[in-house]
Amino acid sequence: MTNPQNLNIQTKINRIPQIKMSKWFSTILIILFAFLLGGILIYLIGANPFLAYGALLQAAFGDMNGIAETMVKACPLMLAGLGIAIAYRAKFWNIGAEGQIYAGGIASAIAGIYFTAVPGIILLPITLLAGLLGGAILGFIPGILKARYKVNEVITTIMINYVMIQLTAYLVTGPMRDSSSGITISPQLSKAAWLPTVIPKTRFHLGIILAILAAFIVSWLVYKTVLGYQIRAVGERARTARFAGIPVERTIVLTMIISGSLAGLAGAVEVSGVQHRLVEAFSPGYGFLSIAVALLANLEPIGVIISSILFAALLNGADAMQRAAAVPIPVIYVIEGVVIIFIALRVLHKEKD
Amino acid sequence: MNLIDTSKPIVEMLGITKHFGQVIANEDVTFTLMPGEIHGLLGENGAGKTTLMNILYGLHQPDSGKIFINGHPITIKSPHDAIQYGIGMVHQHFMQVPTQKVVDNIILGLKNAGRFILDRHTARERLIRLSESFGLKIDPEAYIWQLSIGDRQRVEILKALYRDIKVLILDEPTSVLTPKETEELFHTIRKLVESGLSVIFITHHLEEALSITNQVTVLRNGKVVGTIPTRGTNKTELASMMVGREVLFRLEHEINQRNEKQEILIVDGLSAYNDRGILALQDISFKVMSGEIVGIAGVDGNGQSELVQVLTGIRSAFKGRFWVDGIDLTRATPQAILMHNVGHIPENLEDGLIGEFSLIDNFMLDLHYVRPYSHRGILDHNRMVENARQLISQYDIRAPNENIKARTLSGGNKQKMIVAREISRNPRLLLAAHPTRGVDIGAEEYIQNLLLKKRAEGMAILLISTKLDEIMSLSDRILVMYRGRIMGEILREEANIKKIGLLMAGSEG
Repeated sequence: MTNPQNLNIQTKINRIPQIKMSKWFSTILIILFAFLLGGILIYLIGANPFLAYGALLQAAFGDMNGIAETMVKACPLMLAGLGIAIAYRAKFWNIGAEGQIYAGGIASAIAGIYFTAVPGIILLPITLLAGLLGGAILGFIPGILKARYKVNEVITTIMINYVMIQLTAYLVTGPMRDSSSGITISPQLSKAAWLPTVIPKTRFHLGIILAILAAFIVSWLVYKTVLGYQIRAVGERARTARFAGIPVERTIVLTMIISGSLAGLAGAVEVSGVQHRLVEAFSPGYGFLSIAVALLANLEPIGVIISSILFAALLNGADAMQRAAAVPIPVIYVIEGVVIIFIALRVLHKEKD
Repeated sequence: MNLIDTSKPIVEMLGITKHFGQVIANEDVTFTLMPGEIHGLLGENGAGKTTLMNILYGLHQPDSGKIFINGHPITIKSPHDAIQYGIGMVHQHFMQVPTQKVVDNIILGLKNAGRFILDRHTARERLIRLSESFGLKIDPEAYIWQLSIGDRQRVEILKALYRDIKVLILDEPTSVLTPKETEELFHTIRKLVESGLSVIFITHHLEEALSITNQVTVLRNGKVVGTIPTRGTNKTELASMMVGREVLFRLEHEINQRNEKQEILIVDGLSAYNDRGILALQDISFKVMSGEIVGIAGVDGNGQSELVQVLTGIRSAFKGRFWVDGIDLTRATPQAILMHNVGHIPENLEDGLIGEFSLIDNFMLDLHYVRPYSHRGILDHNRMVENARQLISQYDIRAPNENIKARTLSGGNKQKMIVAREISRNPRLLLAAHPTRGVDIGAEEYIQNLLLKKRAEGMAILLISTKLDEIMSLSDRILVMYRGRIMGEILREEANIKKIGLLMAGSEG
């Protein structure tokens, strides 16, 4: 007796057939469906979808250089995606990976450019560590605000993004500007602070190996350690965790320090491995795309390796697709968008259960 | 009004079957309600009582089966349809808008409450007439949030009556009431029946079924075990129909094996606020000795939850202290309290487990941070599995294996899992808040006997429960809480329902 109309709606929702499938199966379906839809779109534009996808695959994985370029783009996505995955495990909705990437980039650039007194061999570790620390600080701030004052993390993390993007712009046009250059960039990092290239004649740098290693470390952390157990417990049901004596606030802060560190490291590898200097807007939205990367991987660290490569391949192959099949790049955004919509639907579906 | 033919059923449900995924909620259920009947629907949690009635109320659609009202086959697609057919339902959880007045809640969702402007005046007059004729006292202009639970239930019943229903379904209506409020409700139900209504009364309490109904239908695992007249049956018969085996209603009180009694928990003058900043605990003092069960009786929401929260370190007291085994833990963290040999069965069983975690992980909730289950921050998976396997077999938890998610367990097995975890830590003090709430009779009997066994072994147990029979049969001493105070202490030998009931309602002993 309650409001019958309300109950009506509820009943109707309940009548939607429930499809149960394994998480991985649904992930594959999502990807296939997105490509199918993209293919239809390409066909409607008047191009040949097979040709277009062929060009995309060829560019992304066709030769050593293609693979290297895909991996160069996958690297920051992978690291930031890991950061997102661990934060979302604790149900901390970190939207600030982009800002954390910039913080990492700034910190590593400062170290790599100005710490010239440091012996060469340890300058690279210090540069990377600086990036990690920069990200950690940016993770710590929304973490402590949430844990101590219950400030909504979505708002704080989004706001910090803009602060960091603008701070980078300020630094390269002002204090850190390379005066010998006509454009607004910083001077180059000392050569010793560059991530060495692993595959000769490509841009495949050591950071990529580090990122894959990081995925295994994060997986180990999540499943095999006390902290990982506590992160999962807090994320699944904070109330139960609190009753069981798990320090919920401390866990949230630690999670965000780790999450920020990983995104900060993503910024550092981009600066030290690819750009070799601080550049305005050096991240083409890696921090935002990394959310989709982590969610597509079901927040599984090992899955993040694969999903980051997938998104990187799309980024990398888009140009080639435009050239070879005259398919405009925005088609790729459509495919990305469809993937993201279906991931969101899957998350909602799970929340409803 | 049509003349009621008392020889023909008013509601007939034939061969109702309802699946939820793999789970069978109702299987070939046949249920017949005669006019003027109070028909008890009895069964354990999960037996399918509520599902069956939700089908009759249009909330669920049956997979197969037919429904007849006054002999006519009908389909009930929504609660709106059900009300059109004269069927009303009061759920366990009231669906009301707390910030609005009683009369506004009553007419909420009605289409004939005035054409463009809400005709509150007519509604109010009608509500007052209804409440007078059925003896359901209520102030139409009171805000819902101001009302007691008993009053709010009356609003729900009035809401149904306002819609001219002929059949009223009450889903576990007494679970939130004091003994006195229960009596008033029973009085109301009898009045409703006198004036021509028929009532379906869902319950899992045998005594209630025996005292209020004329006819009882027992469900077990979604199937009808039988329908029998209440006169001529008894508690033992109904219980064995419900459970499917004989239930003895016997608790094994063993004599405390240890003679020397130690003070384990000392609570001295604790006062605390609740989440809304209202004084929830006022100067609470008591002791629990080793080998003793102290029961705290009271209607839900009189400070019991806050007391446990203070004793587990979740909430801080602004006055007073408490000691466990001589150690002052008033300002200790939850973890520190647990580590000082305190076990805790949370009042809401969902707060004691994580549904998405495996049983292995659930058994580790308050142990994963200590040796041997972890060392230097790294978990020892083998030990965790070993522990889970041992507890599952030792405490008879019905689970196919230790890797399944806890949410797949039945309510009884979930609670057994929590109890097993807390008891296996062998605490000196066990805080058991509603340890048998929401569990089936079998698990209830098991958990209660387990508490008695641990008492005999010298454990100090603080038992919080709203079930008076449980408090009276388990406790050595009974404290009654009312509005944040302890109203009195009663020894088991002197305890009776009337005495406790008076204290629960706030009268000084």
